Amino acid sequence: MMQKTPLGRVIGLGSAKSGTEHWWHQRVTAIAGVPLVIFLIAFVLGHVGASRAEIIASLSNPIVAILLALTVVNLLWHMRLGLQVVIEDYVHTPARKFAALLFNTFFTVAMGAAALFAILKMSYGL
Amino acid sequence: MANTKDAGRPLSPHLQIYRRTLTMMLSIIHRATGIALYAGTLLLVWWLTAAATSDSYFETVQAVFGSWIGLLVLFGFTWALVHHTVGGIRHLIWDTGRGYDLKTVETMARLSVAASIIITLAIWVIAFGVMS
Repeated sequence: MMQKTPLGRVIGLGSAKSGTEHWWHQRVTAIAGVPLVIFLIAFVLGHVGASRAEIIASLSNPIVAILLALTVVNLLWHMRLGLQVVIEDYVHTPARKFAALLFNTFFTVAMGAAALFAILKMSYGL
Repeated sequence: MANTKDAGRPLSPHLQIYRRTLTMMLSIIHRATGIALYAGTLLLVWWLTAAATSDSYFETVQAVFGSWIGLLVLFGFTWALVHHTVGGIRHLIWDTGRGYDLKTVETMARLSVAASIIITLAIWVIAFGVMS
């Protein structure tokens, strides 16, 4: 049953109805993040002091390239959700909060675009 | 935000009032490492894009990472990543509804600190082993 007054319904304040989805995405990316972080550490350890050619050779293997791409996308998604909560907790001025949330999205997408471009470029062998 | 300063009612105690506990510190550190890792993605993306660009640019980036300050930052990056992952697993265990009694909470907190330090050191021992 709708408990709100007609005015309350029109103003539309209250829950954004997206909290569960936010929480769930944070968990899904956290669970996926555990093996992917292990992969990332193994990948970096496997290329300590490696030449550029060696990194490109590794990424020519599609499984490695796909895993690295998934790692980056998963971690960026996770960290965007995380920083969103931090911003909502600490930034209370509406304008600043809006700017910070916008920056969060732009930064994450920019990092993802750059990382995926680099991974694909190397995977395709330049 | 409401002006709470002159409200004439008691304020709820905050961080500086409570006695510091390990679980409280880990909660703060979990968030702090999350924020640090957010900034750290710049380093990962810098490394990847340099590797995709040219030999000379990649060498420059490798030299920055190989300097003592670069290694120090990477060491901190490694610990933050490992600690946030281990701490995250702790949170995932709680999400299943388990591990809420005080003794378990305290044990998991100590274990996660020990695990993050041991794993980080192990990673760097391997890294230096690969290099030499």
